[in-house]
This record gives sequence, C-alpha cells and structure tokens, in this order.
Amino acid sequence: MHAEEKMTLEKWPAAPEKQTLEGKNKFLGFWLFLGGETVLFASLFATYLALKDKVPSQEHALAEDLFEIPLAFLMTMLLLTSSLTSVYAMYHMKNFEFKKMQLWLGITVLLGLGFLGCEIYEFNHYVHEYHHTFTSSAFGSAFYTLVGFHGGHVVFGLSWIIILMARNAKRGLSLYNAPKFYLASLYWHFIDVVWVFIFSVVYLMGMVG
Amino acid sequence: MSTNAQKKGFGATVWDYLTTVDHKKIAILYMIAGGFFFLVGGLEAMFIRIQLAVPNNDFVSAGLYNEILTMHGTTMIFLAAMPLLFGFMNAVMPLQIGARDVAFPFVNALGFWLFFFGGIFLNLSWFLGGAPDAGWTSYASLSLASEGHGIDFYLLGLQISGAGTLMGGINFLVTIINMRAPGMTYMRMPLFTWTTFVASALILFAFPALTVGIFLLMFDRLFGSNFFVTAAGGNTVIWEHLFWIFGHPEVYILILPAFGIFSEIIPVFSRKRLFGYSSMVFATVLIGFLGFMVWAHHMFTVGLGPIANAIFAVATMAIAVPTGIKIFNWLFTMWGGSIKFTTPMHYAVAFIPSFLLGGVTGVMLATAAADYQYHDTYFVVAHFHYVIVGGVVFAVLAGTQFYWPKMFGTMLNEVLGKITFWLFFIGFHLTFFIQHFLGLWGMPRRVFTFLEGQGFETANLVSTIGAFFMAASVIILLINVIITSVKNEKVGNDPWGDGRTLEWSIPSPPPFYNFKQLPLVRGLDPLWIEKMEGKKGMTPAEPLGDIHMPNNSFIPFVISFGLFVAAFGAMYRLDYAWGLPVLILGMAITFGSMFFRSVKDDHGFHIHKEELTDDNDKGVKA
Repeated sequence: MHAEEKMTLEKWPAAPEKQTLEGKNKFLGFWLFLGGETVLFASLFATYLALKDKVPSQEHALAEDLFEIPLAFLMTMLLLTSSLTSVYAMYHMKNFEFKKMQLWLGITVLLGLGFLGCEIYEFNHYVHEYHHTFTSSAFGSAFYTLVGFHGGHVVFGLSWIIILMARNAKRGLSLYNAPKFYLASLYWHFIDVVWVFIFSVVYLMGMVG
Repeated sequence: MSTNAQKKGFGATVWDYLTTVDHKKIAILYMIAGGFFFLVGGLEAMFIRIQLAVPNNDFVSAGLYNEILTMHGTTMIFLAAMPLLFGFMNAVMPLQIGARDVAFPFVNALGFWLFFFGGIFLNLSWFLGGAPDAGWTSYASLSLASEGHGIDFYLLGLQISGAGTLMGGINFLVTIINMRAPGMTYMRMPLFTWTTFVASALILFAFPALTVGIFLLMFDRLFGSNFFVTAAGGNTVIWEHLFWIFGHPEVYILILPAFGIFSEIIPVFSRKRLFGYSSMVFATVLIGFLGFMVWAHHMFTVGLGPIANAIFAVATMAIAVPTGIKIFNWLFTMWGGSIKFTTPMHYAVAFIPSFLLGGVTGVMLATAAADYQYHDTYFVVAHFHYVIVGGVVFAVLAGTQFYWPKMFGTMLNEVLGKITFWLFFIGFHLTFFIQHFLGLWGMPRRVFTFLEGQGFETANLVSTIGAFFMAASVIILLINVIITSVKNEKVGNDPWGDGRTLEWSIPSPPPFYNFKQLPLVRGLDPLWIEKMEGKKGMTPAEPLGDIHMPNNSFIPFVISFGLFVAAFGAMYRLDYAWGLPVLILGMAITFGSMFFRSVKDDHGFHIHKEELTDDNDKGVKA
C-alpha cells in the first residue's frame, strides 16, 4: 500500500499510523524521542527540587506564598480535558472520519490555548505582585525554567496541531498524514503527563511540602 | 536517477553532498569533518606537550594554555571521536543488518549538519575573542567567572551539535529495530550493530541531561538567571551532577562502538566465529546499563558523603566484570584461529593490553578513599588517555584501515598502515605510560608549567617525545590516504577475503540502494555460512522489485545554518544592538525551513526493477 494512495473507508486499515514502513519508523522513533524528553524533564525536576525556596534574602516570596490551588487546578482540568479530546480525535482518525477528527482537534487546540492563557496570567501575577522573576533568585530561575519548558512544549504542540489541521483541511486522511496526526496527539499526551507531575511536585508539594 | 553511476562536475558533487540523505555519503561527511577536528585537536595536544616539555616553559601563556587544554578535550570528545564513530555507524551498520537505508534519512542529514555547524561555531571562538577556558567539564564555578565569550561559544556550540547527536542516536535505534533483513534476528546481529544499538540508547538517555545542564549555564551567563550563583541561592554542584550524568555514559558511548569494531576485526582475521557471542551481547548491554549508575565517581572529592561514595565505588568496580568477559572472549576468539596479521589486526591485538591497563587504573581510581590521592593528578590523565586513545582511537584507526575499501572501493596501503600503527603504538605508550608516575609523584592536572628540581623534568620530556611519534604516525596515515586515493585500484565485494557479515556481500562501494534484493539471513555471520556451503554470495529473500528511495534535500543544511546564525545573536545580544535581530532571524530561518519541510509533501521516488536488471554488476550476486 503506497502512502499517497487515495483512501476509502473500506480500504482504511485498523492501525493507519503504522501501516507504512515510514509510519512504523516514525511511531517508534517518536516514542524513543519521548524517552529522551523524559530525561530532559527529569533533569529539570531534579534541579527545581534542589533549588526550591532557595532565595537570597527573606523578603523573597517562597512556594507557599506564591501558588494558589484553584488556578493550578483549573489549568490541570483544561489540559487533562484536552488530552481526552485528542483521544476522541484519534478515535475518529482510526474510523476514517476526517471532519470529526478535525472538530475534536479544534477543541483540543482551544483548551490548550485556555491553558496557555492561564499560564501567562499566572506568570504575570507572580512578577507584578510578588517580584518573583527569572532573575530574582535561584528558586525563580528553576521555577520559570521547569514550568516554562513545559509551556514552550505546549506552544510547540499547539502550532504543530494547527499546521497539520490547516495543511490537510482540504485533502482528508491518507496513510501519508495519518502518522503525522497520531504523533502530534502522542506529543500532546506527553505534555499532559508532564503537567501532572508539575501539578504534584511544584504546586501541591509547594503548598504542603 | 542512479546518482553515482555517471561522472559529475565538481560543483554538482559538492551540491550532491550538501543535499545528500544517503547514509554512505553522510558517513563520508562525518569522516571528513571528524577527521578535520581530530587534526585540530591533535595540534592542540601537541601545543600542550611542547609547553610541558621543559620546566618554566613560555611557549604559550597561562591563559592561552587553559584555552588550548579546554579545546583539546572538547574537540576530541565531541567533534572528533563521536563523529568518526558516527561515520562508521552510518557506513557499516545499515549494511550489516541488510537495510537499504536508515529509518530517517532526512534526520540523518540534519544530525550531521547540526554537528558540523556546532563544531564550526565552537572553533570560531579562536578568532573571535578567545576560546573557552574552563576545561571540557566547564564546572560552573569556573565558567561563570570566565570573562569574554569563550564559554558562550562552548555552550551554544555544544548545544547545537548535541541536538544532532541525539537525532543520530534515535535514527540508529529505529533503524536497527525496524529495518533488519529477513532472518536477521537480534541474536544474529553483528557485534558492531549491537554496540551501535546500545551506544545509541545511551545517547538517547544521556544527552538530554547535558542539554539541560547547558541550558541552565547558558541562562546564567546570558540571561541573568541564578542556577549556579550561590549568593542568589544557586548551587554549583547541580552542574557537576548534570554534566556527569551525561558525561559518564558518554565514555561508554565512545568505547562500546570501539569494542564493536574490534569484535568485527578479530573474527575476520582469526577466521573463526566470535567466541562467546551471546555473552558479548550480554556484556555490552550490561555495560550500557551500569554506565548510568556510576557518574558520581567523578565527584568523590566533592563531599557527597561516605555512603554515596561507597555505592558509586562498588558500581564502578562492577563494570570491570562485563569488560573482563569481553577481553577474554577476544582472546579466545584468537586462540586456535588461523590468524592473519593485517594492519587492522595489529591494532586489535595492541588494543587488548593497552585498554586493559586503562581498565586496571580505572578500578584503582574507583576506590574512593584512594581516589583522594589520585584526584586531579596526571594519574587521571594517564588513565583516561589509556582508555580513550588505547580503546577509541585505536578502534578508529583500525576501522579506517578495515572499512576503507567498503567505503571508497580501494585498499589503504598495508605497509604504510603498519608503519602508522607502530609509530602510533610506541608513541602512545611513551606519552602516557610515564604520566601514571608523574601523577603518583604529585604533578597536578591542568597546570600550564612546572618548576625545576621537583623530579618532573625527564618524565615530561619523554611524554613530549612520545607525542611527536603519534603526530608522525598521523601524517603517514594522511600520506597513505592521498597515495591510495590517487592510485584508486578498485577492489571487489570482499577485499579482505574473509568477510563474515553482510557488508562484504555487496560491491565496494555499495550502490546507493545497497541491496538489489534483500538478503536471506540464515544465522550469525551470514556471508560466512554461505561461503562454507560453497556459494559465492547471499541468497535473495525477495524477487526483484521496485525500490523506494528518499529524495535529496537542502533543508537539513538550512535548519542547522539558522541555529548557527541564532547562536551569534544570542551571544552578542547584550553587547551589540544587532544581537537580538540576528537571534530572531536565525530562529526564523530554522523554524521557517522546518515549516516548509512539514507542509511540503515528499514521497521520495522509485527505482524501477527494469533499471536494476540493466546494470548487472550491481546488487546481489546469486
């Protein structure tokens, strides 16, 4: 089966993302890449834990002064829901329902943008209310680097999904673009998993730990 | 369509190499660039040895010495040893598993160009205000205090080339898992493929730690953060941990492929299958696994406490066990074999005792209490040169001689090759053996000079004389390369006569699609099996059919060039007004070309089977 072949529902395989050799390679390669990303975030988490509340003087805000559970909870809900909607999108991709896939991907993007909006508000709030900045203390550097790297991943993931949706809007699904959609959703799940750890380690442990 | 069939002009050849996605051509690019940086790093080593030849020497100043020392280590590890090994991996591994290409040809090219531009960027520091001077480990307490932009060149250059290495690692892993020929099970893979596999896994899990470390140090130096600034709550030990969590696996990333090269050479010239194949595989995997558990043995004197030191000491000593298994297996492979002492075999035989010496001093250094005595002396310098030069450089030189006919279709001269070997072997031991004693007598590492009357004069002079032997040997190797290339006497599929693995079953150099028909693998050493049954080549596993190949692309070059431009912008952002626009421009070039790559469909092309039957001299001979 060639990647550029015009597809119909009857011909659409059960695992379109792994039907071609190229798709199979991308599938495996991306999982391995996520393994490397795990080490990247593990290093950032370790750095954060080592530098948590390490500030030059007592006037500086600490984790327990900064974080508010309601906002962090809202962000968690937005991102977790967006992970679910991307699962719906992949469900429709596997059933060769292009329009429904695009719809659910669109909802995923909106939820992701909502998350990003909250994060921008949050950072802005810390900077202006608490003077907790990237350069104010080692704690600030570690916090903004860890959460900012995650935020950067969200921006990249959103741009990726949007470009895919726009590029393929007119031509529908094929074995050439099915792996692309699948990997974008895999990336999105990974971002979500990292956030679960950020929520626990940074926010929950910041409030009680 | 057939890109290597007809003679091309110079410009067309250059364009072909700038855009190539063929693993065999990328291998040649890695060898040229890695070889160039090897010469640069070697020149720096010569400057070090000339400076230390006599006491109170003023051949270079103290500051310049620090720069030379730093660049020697950084260049040799990141820009010479790794790319040269990547060159062999690209040239040989896909052929060994019977694949037509690597899994991601585009990413393969991107990995090379990222390494290349990162290396060029790092070395431009010599001309733009001074090279990095905080040692190849670039400990934060030193590197934050370093003035000028030297350290920034180090950080940005390594960040760019490190990204390329990570891509290469993922590419090799997927290639080995997904693209093996029919019958090529994991336990039939040649040892060089196995070591490539484990080294790639180490790259995947080790390089991200370096990426993070470099980001943190870059943020501290260029963007005002405080990770390693103690006054603002920072902690410099974090850098040491991140660096060595990467840095220790890195030495196994280097040595495992070297083990692999020797595990190919020894059976071929002993004309016997590798002794204890499955224990070799097991030992390789175990070394890779333990390699992640030992990073703090570089930090015994930091003060992590006796418990941590003890755990890391024991874990380090444990690595001697699988390494010992390998040593014995190589010896038993030769035992009773009908040995041919070719140049590659010279290196292999010399490698075993040389590397063993490095291993023994490694166990000495792993003894945490004793390490307080050895730490930061020439004993450590002697130790790691014994493992890196006695292991990796020997393997690179052996591999060059061994695989040259497969890569270029002509044999390097054996007489010159043996002269190269003897000069290098004698020079190597002359240079580094005495350094063990210099260290035990108390000469510290990284000093730019020493005083008279401390008993260091003779030993340092001997060491310097040895270095000149090695320099002479490399010059003879270059002469050999030139003579061989000018003569260009073509050789057949199996120029050594006793090839055992799939790469020797196809022409030298292979056609761009490697295998006309994928071979059927019936066991370990598949070509040897066929030879023993009186056949001339591999049995095909498939009928002649169309072959799908990827298109060439200039985009990898442009993506990498964008980061090269952006690095200048990031570095000069605080000094000049043009810094920020250049940073943005560079990132725009990179992301723009990524966007272009993403939206433009690239399906590759097919070679039709009629074209394959036309040129009968290519592909598998049945």
